[in-house]
Amino acid sequence: MRTLRLLLEKEFRQIFRDKGLLPILFIMPMVQLLIMPLAANFDVKNINLAVVDRDHSTYTQQMVSKIASSGYFRITGYYTDYTPAMHQIEREKADIILEIPAHFETDLVRESKASVYLAADAINGTKAGLGSAYLNTILGDFNNEIRMKWLPTKAAAVGTIDITSSNWFNPEMNYHLYMVPGILVLLVTMVGGFIAALNIVKEKEIGTIEQINVTPIKKWQFIIGKMIPFWTIGMVDFTIGLLLARYVYGVIPVGSLLLLYSFLSIYLVALLGFGLLISTYSDNQLQAMFVAFFFIMIFMLMSGLFVSVDNMPPWAKMITKLTPVTHFIDVVRMIVLKGSHFSDIKMQFLYEIAFAVVLNGWAILNYRKTA
Amino acid sequence: MKQFMVFVRKEFYHVFRDRRTLLILFGLPVMQILLFGYALTTEIKNAEIIIVDHAGDMASQQLTTMIAASKYFDINARVVSDEDIYKAFKKGKVKCAVVFPSGFGNDLQHGQTAQIQIIADAADPNTAKTLTNYLTAIIGDYQQQISPTANVPMRIEPVTRMLYNPEMNGSMNFIPGVMALVLMIICTTLTSVSIVREKEMGTMEILLVSPFKPTYVVLAKAVPYLALSLIDLIIILLLSVFLLDMPIRGNIILLFLESTLFIICCLSLGLLISSVTRTQQIAMMVSMMGMMLPTILFTGFIFPLENMPVPLQVVSNAVPSRWFYVIIKAVMLKGLGIGVIWKETLVLAGMTTALLIISIKSFKTRLS
Amino acid sequence: MSEKAIVCKDLTKRFGDFFAVNHISFDVDQGEIFGFLGANGAGKTTAMRMLCGLSYPTSGEATVAGYNVFRQQEAIKRNIGYMSQKFSLYESLTVRENIRFYGGVYGLSDKQLKEKGDELITKLGLEKEAKMMVGSLPLGWKQKLAFSVAIIHQPRIVFLDEPTGGVDPVTRRQFWDLIYDAAANGITVFVTTHYMDEAEYCNRISIMVDGRIDALDSPANLKKQFDAASMNEVFYALARTAKRSAD
Repeated sequence: MRTLRLLLEKEFRQIFRDKGLLPILFIMPMVQLLIMPLAANFDVKNINLAVVDRDHSTYTQQMVSKIASSGYFRITGYYTDYTPAMHQIEREKADIILEIPAHFETDLVRESKASVYLAADAINGTKAGLGSAYLNTILGDFNNEIRMKWLPTKAAAVGTIDITSSNWFNPEMNYHLYMVPGILVLLVTMVGGFIAALNIVKEKEIGTIEQINVTPIKKWQFIIGKMIPFWTIGMVDFTIGLLLARYVYGVIPVGSLLLLYSFLSIYLVALLGFGLLISTYSDNQLQAMFVAFFFIMIFMLMSGLFVSVDNMPPWAKMITKLTPVTHFIDVVRMIVLKGSHFSDIKMQFLYEIAFAVVLNGWAILNYRKTA
Repeated sequence: MKQFMVFVRKEFYHVFRDRRTLLILFGLPVMQILLFGYALTTEIKNAEIIIVDHAGDMASQQLTTMIAASKYFDINARVVSDEDIYKAFKKGKVKCAVVFPSGFGNDLQHGQTAQIQIIADAADPNTAKTLTNYLTAIIGDYQQQISPTANVPMRIEPVTRMLYNPEMNGSMNFIPGVMALVLMIICTTLTSVSIVREKEMGTMEILLVSPFKPTYVVLAKAVPYLALSLIDLIIILLLSVFLLDMPIRGNIILLFLESTLFIICCLSLGLLISSVTRTQQIAMMVSMMGMMLPTILFTGFIFPLENMPVPLQVVSNAVPSRWFYVIIKAVMLKGLGIGVIWKETLVLAGMTTALLIISIKSFKTRLS
Repeated sequence: MSEKAIVCKDLTKRFGDFFAVNHISFDVDQGEIFGFLGANGAGKTTAMRMLCGLSYPTSGEATVAGYNVFRQQEAIKRNIGYMSQKFSLYESLTVRENIRFYGGVYGLSDKQLKEKGDELITKLGLEKEAKMMVGSLPLGWKQKLAFSVAIIHQPRIVFLDEPTGGVDPVTRRQFWDLIYDAAANGITVFVTTHYMDEAEYCNRISIMVDGRIDALDSPANLKKQFDAASMNEVFYALARTAKRSAD
C-alpha cells in the first residue's frame, strides 16, 4: 500500500510539474469542446436554390416568394435560362435548381395540371434528399392555397390526412444537445487513453522503467499507479466538460448522474487498458503516437460521433461494436438526452466491462513478457 | 544536379528500409479509404420504426404496409401505448413511431380530416428530421393513391432529378473527403517527421556542413515523398473507382495535376512544421493530432461549412483540403474543367508558394 | 566473508540461434568490487539483466545474494541496487523526492528516509540543491546521486552498468570514492565499464568475449598472465579474438 502511495505521489507530482502536459490535459480539451460543436452542425438549412423561371407569371412569383419565406431556402439566382443556373450548381453556389417551364400558369388553369422541374446536386445525398422533400412540401402547400382560392368548396370525396409530428427528447431540435456530449466523450478518450499510453512509453524511452523493474515494485502496483492518476484526470475532465456543456450549451443531463459516472468509471478503466496495451507494443513515443493516431481516426469516424452508425453496412457495425468509444457515446447520449435507465443500457455496460477485462488482461500479460 | 539525385536516392533508401513508414504510407490510406468509403454514409436505410395502430382498419393497414415496403424503414414492433414508445426510444434502437388514432380510416372515408402522428426520437435531430420527411412523403403518396386523380384539379407536379448521383449513393460525398483527409495527413506527417529526424539524430549538421545548399537539402527531402504520395494517389483512385464505384467523369490528367498540386501543398506544410519544431514527437503531435481535427471539420465533407459561424468559416479557408475537396468533386464527380475550379487552384498554388518560401526561409534562419 | 554474493554456473541466454551469453561461470565475494568488462555486444548487459532478475536465463544456474535467479527474482530485487547506463532518476522530481520515492519503494520508513536522505545529501554536498529538480543538476552530480540512491537501502549487491559514461575525470574519481565507501560498508559492487583505468580499481575483473568469459582474475594477475603493461593491452589482446562485430 505504501508503495502504491509513493507511486501515486510521484505520478501526480510529475504531471502537475509538466508545463507542457497540463494544458494538453485540461485546457486543450475544453477549448475544443467550446469550438467543435459550433463547427459540427449537420442541420440542413440554408439550402441554396437557383430558380429558372421561364413563365414570369403572378403564380411563379408567388411560388418563389413562398419558397423564399419558408426559411429553408436561400435564393441564389433568378434566371430565365437553365445554363447559368447549372453553372451555379457547378460552382457549388446552388444546391438545387427549380425550373418553372413556360406557360406554367396557363397550363395550371387550363389543363388543370402543370409540371415544375427540380434538379438537385445529389453528391451530398442528404442535402439533395431533404432539400427536394422540403421543396415538394412547400409546393404542395402552395398548390393547396391556389386550389382553395379557385375552388373554395371541398371537392374531394376522400378526406385529407393531417400529419402532426412531435420530436421527443429534443423538441427544439437543438443539435448541440446531440453533439456536445459525444464530443466530450471523444476528448476524454484522447486525454485518458492516449496521453496515458505516451506517458508509460516515455518511462520506457528514458529508461526509468528499467530502474522500476529492478525494485521490489510489483507490476500491478506500477500499472495501478499509472492508471489511477489518468483515471482521475479523465473524471475531472469529464466533470469540467459537463459543466461547460451545461452553462455554455445548455445541455442538462436528464438521466441519473450516478449512472453516467458509473459508466464513465468503467469506460475509463477499459480505455486505460487500451492505452496500456498500446504502450506495451511500442518502444518509443513516436511509435505509440502512430498507433494512437490510427485508432483515434477510427474512433472519430466509426464511433457514431459524426456519422450515424445505424446506416453502416453490417460488417462496419461489427467494427463499431468492437470500439469502446461507440458504446460510451451511445450511453452518454441516452442518459443525457433521454434519461435512460440502467435496464436500457445494460448491454453497453456488459460490452464495456468486457473491454475493461480483455484489454487490461491482454496488456498485463503482454507487459510481463516485454519487461 | 547529380548531387541532388544522390540526396534523393538516400531519402528513398530511408523510406523503403523503414517498414513502419512504409506501412503508414501505403497501409493506412488503403485501409482508411476502404473502411470509411464503405462505412461512412448519411443515407438512411432500414431505420427501425414502431407502429401504434389504434384504428386497426384497412386504411391504417395499407399505410403500414407502404411504410414497411419502403427501403427506409423496418417495422420493429406494433405496440399499443405511448408508454411503450417511450420505453423503446430509451433503449435507443427505435428512431421513430407512427400513431394512427382510432377511427383513422373512418375519417378518411367520410371526407374528414384524418389525424396521424409521427413521433421522432429527436435526440439526433438530423435523423429525426430526415425520417419525418420520408414518412411525410410516404403518407403523401398514399393520399395521392386513394384520391381519384381526376378529382384533384390544378395539380402542380414536381419532377425531381438527382444530378451526378441518380442512385443516391450515400458515400459519394464522403469518399472525396476521405481522399483529401488521408492525403493531407499522410503527406504532412511524413515530411514533417523526416527532417526533424535528421535534426534529432544530428545528421542534419553533417548535411549542412556539406557544400550542398540548404534549400536543396529541404527539396531533396520532399521529392521522394512526392513520388510516394503520387503512388498513394493512384492506389486511392484505383480503389475508389474499382471497389467503391466512384466515377471519374472529368479529365484524368487535370485530376492528376490538381492532386499533385495539393500533395505539394501538403508536403510544404510538412516542411514548415519540421523546420519550426525540434523533436519528431512535437512534429508528430502538430501534424497528426493538431491537423486531424481541423481537417475533418473544415474540409466540409461531414459538416456543411455554410452552417458554421462566420469566424470558423474564415478559419476553414486556411485548410488546404477544403479547396481540394471542391476541386476533386468538380473534376471527378461533376466532370468539370479548369474553367470552374481556377479559383480553388489558384488558392492552392498560392498557399503552396507561401508555405515553401516560409519553410525555406525559417530553415535558413535557423542555421545562423 | 564466507558467503558468496553471486554464484554463477553455466549461465546462458539464447535468442534463437544466437548465444548472447554462452555458459559463463564465476563467483563474486561479498564486499568485493567486481569489474565486468567486454567490448560492445559481448553480452555484458544481457548477463547483468539476468542477474538482476530482469530476464530469465535460458539455462544454467545462478544465485544472487543467495536467491535463485529463476525462482526468487522478487527476493533478489529486494536485496540489490541497480544503476543503468541511462540516467534513471526522475528529472521532474527534486533530489529529496527521488530519495523518498526510491527509498520508500524499498520499504524504508519515513524516519529512515529522513535520516538517510540527510546523510546522503550532506555527503554529496547537495544541501543547496535538495529542493531542485534533478533534471537541472549537472551530469556528474546526477550520476553520483543515482548511485547513492541505488544503495540507499543498504543492498547486498549493487549493479552498475557503465555508470561513468560521459563524466569528466575528476567526477569519475569522486564516483569511485563512493564505490569504495560502499564496498567498505560491505556492499558488493558489480560494475561494467569501458574505462581501463577504472578496471584497475576493481578487486577482480572478468572480460567477456562473444558471450563467453575469457579471462577472470585480479588486474595484477591478468597483466602478468597476458604479459601486458596495462589493462588496456589485456583488453586489446582479448577483444581482437572476437568474431562478433560490435553493434
